[in-house]
Amino acid sequence: MDLNTSWYILIGVLFGGYAVLDGFDLGAGILSLFSRDEKERSTCMSAIAPVWDGNEVWLLAGGGALFAAFPKVYAAVFSGFYLALMLVLYALILRAVSMEFSAHVHSPAAKKIWGIVFGASSLIVALLLGVAFANIMRGLPISAEGDYTGGFFGLLNPTGLIGGVVGIAFFTMHGAAYMSMKTDGALQQRMLGHGKKMAVASAVVFVLLLVMLGLQAKHLFSGGLFYWLAILVMAGGFVLSIRSASGQKSGLFFIGSALVILAYIASVAVGLYPNMALSSLDPAWSLTAYNASSTPRTLQAMLIIALVGMPVVLAYTVVIYRVFRGKASDSYYSEN
Amino acid sequence: MELDPILLARLQFAATICFHFIFPPITIGLAWLLVILETGSWKTGKEVYARAAAFFARLLALTFTLGVATGITMEFQFGTNWAEYSKFVGDIFGAPLAAEAVLAFFLESAFLGLYLFGRGRISAAAQCFSAFMVALGSTLSAFWILVANSWQQTPSGYVLQNGRAELTSFWEAVTSPSMLPRFFHSFTAAVITGAFFMAGVSAWLLIKNSKNEKARLTVTLALIVGFIAAAAELFPFGHWHAVQVAEHQPAKLASFEGLMEGQTRAPLLLFGIPVGDKIIGEVRAPGLLSLLVGGSLDTHVPGRNDFPPEDLPQLFLPFTAFHLMVGLGTFFIALTGWGVLQLWRRKLFEQRWFLYCLVLAAPLPVFTNQLGWIAAEVGRQPWIVYGVLRTSDAISRTVPGAHILFSLIMFTALYTLLLVAYLWFLARMVQKEAALFPAKEGD
Repeated sequence: MDLNTSWYILIGVLFGGYAVLDGFDLGAGILSLFSRDEKERSTCMSAIAPVWDGNEVWLLAGGGALFAAFPKVYAAVFSGFYLALMLVLYALILRAVSMEFSAHVHSPAAKKIWGIVFGASSLIVALLLGVAFANIMRGLPISAEGDYTGGFFGLLNPTGLIGGVVGIAFFTMHGAAYMSMKTDGALQQRMLGHGKKMAVASAVVFVLLLVMLGLQAKHLFSGGLFYWLAILVMAGGFVLSIRSASGQKSGLFFIGSALVILAYIASVAVGLYPNMALSSLDPAWSLTAYNASSTPRTLQAMLIIALVGMPVVLAYTVVIYRVFRGKASDSYYSEN
Repeated sequence: MELDPILLARLQFAATICFHFIFPPITIGLAWLLVILETGSWKTGKEVYARAAAFFARLLALTFTLGVATGITMEFQFGTNWAEYSKFVGDIFGAPLAAEAVLAFFLESAFLGLYLFGRGRISAAAQCFSAFMVALGSTLSAFWILVANSWQQTPSGYVLQNGRAELTSFWEAVTSPSMLPRFFHSFTAAVITGAFFMAGVSAWLLIKNSKNEKARLTVTLALIVGFIAAAAELFPFGHWHAVQVAEHQPAKLASFEGLMEGQTRAPLLLFGIPVGDKIIGEVRAPGLLSLLVGGSLDTHVPGRNDFPPEDLPQLFLPFTAFHLMVGLGTFFIALTGWGVLQLWRRKLFEQRWFLYCLVLAAPLPVFTNQLGWIAAEVGRQPWIVYGVLRTSDAISRTVPGAHILFSLIMFTALYTLLLVAYLWFLARMVQKEAALFPAKEGD
């Protein structure tokens, strides 16, 4: 495998890692909107408190790696999606501070306001990332100069919008799976209930998306056998999620929902390869893993950093998750 | 209305970086001070270390959150607003950003979670270790970001080819000539910032109750560390950095110094007011600039008139920011020096006027960091990569001025809210802490 393909895969791994990890804490945020009282909302926050920040670093790592390995794609997509990404930024900023701030306020009204900011910002991030990802699958109006020319409203096509709903549904399902592992009693039952409904809803909207892709993005199916294999894994993930949510098996539910998300990203990576920003204007103008990449020297230096760094990251991440295994408390800073 | 996208993009970058840069120096400095406290707690088992650490860890958490939240903006912004820059330098500039995430951000955020939320779940030794990893991670992230930024100042290890800068040596690009002096200069500034933060908070607690044992411990620690760092910042680190600027960015040095004509026996400016393109009311020490930057009176120092006007930064901002920074840095040595002296004479804890000074001085290093940053970055203009790519050629072609205006207004509103909330919560936490140790009658 050459360097360009290695980096194409690594970018997928980094964004996949982001979706699976930050996905559950975005989902926990969305679920917090449906809390029955402040205690439940606080449980949603404290369940992700020690880990959300580390999870978000996967996005930074993915963004940084994209910048380093495929600068033309990074430049075209980030400047092209300007307003959408600004909204993602505002939401990520508000989300980060809302958890910390709500731990420092004591009046019920202030707690509620920061709690709603937390939930709403999680929802917005899930929606916008879903829209952006679906547009990348669908193909973008990339000009001969490698610029995105679609504007903000160009993103809000039917496929993009359904992709946004898919983003919300997948992350909420995944968040429910995580929350069901971190809670017990009645709250756990409710989370499993939400989770099962969201898993069914996710499967339905995904089928809808697949239909839209069949109409608007047949190029994805050129991934052939591997594409359909990924879709098959997704189907398996859905079945596992729904069955284990019904059967009260939180751990399996989490594995199922993680499989759905990972296979979703894998299907797109396989379907688009070697394109990264497929031009809907003229396929020859597409930005690919080959024409948009950095030099082999840079890709090689970065590969060494990634191959040395990521196993270490994974090792201590696993250790830290193990330290915090077990049920979450209902207060953000437990010594309070 | 004509909206200038270059001006707006620059304003937005300046606003978001300045706001972000309030927080990381505090967390880096504070994290290392916490390592010392946690080590004390682990080795001596004394309760006061653990309790002092627990309090400052909460302040660290609040500050860290603001740094993380505003930091994501920075990485996105190269792509969103500076797409031409990103394409031009991606082969070199992207790697340190990715390395920062992989080798530093993961470390600091993962271990910060363990450090803050692990109390009771992990041992004192593990607690100390996680504080160390947070400090190390945040320092490494400063290292990688300064690798990236220093390459903009003094690019090396590249060749211009295929319409972009292409890497010829990863090692040379990482160790660009300004990297080491700039890293040590900035890191030491962060230690000063954390120390002043801790000293200011502790001083306030001592004003409320001079018997507060925790605050006595932390003010002592902060003053000693602050004094050493402030002295080291002047010499060797500040001096080293100035010599490097003189060597590699002479137009910048001439602007810092307000030196118009290149000369040997160049004088060092002691006082002056920049008006337009001139310095008025100047007081200069003859020959000293040549001596300082070159080690000899015969060193020729170029002046601003030696450069074509289109390659020069403006005079006012670099000049003013540089001199205020140097002045404040010198003041920090005096302030912490006095504090250490009073500690030694065992008079510090009751010297209320000085404790008030420490409280008032707490935000000054944050302000000084901003000045240093302005001097460095405005002094680099009109280049985004010094001598290679102009700032005006670097912005995103597809983003209209109106969109940047919108995002700039949103950032301003959002960040104002964050700053007010941050100061509010900070003050509340300190007040709550002070309330734990009410002053007794007759104190």
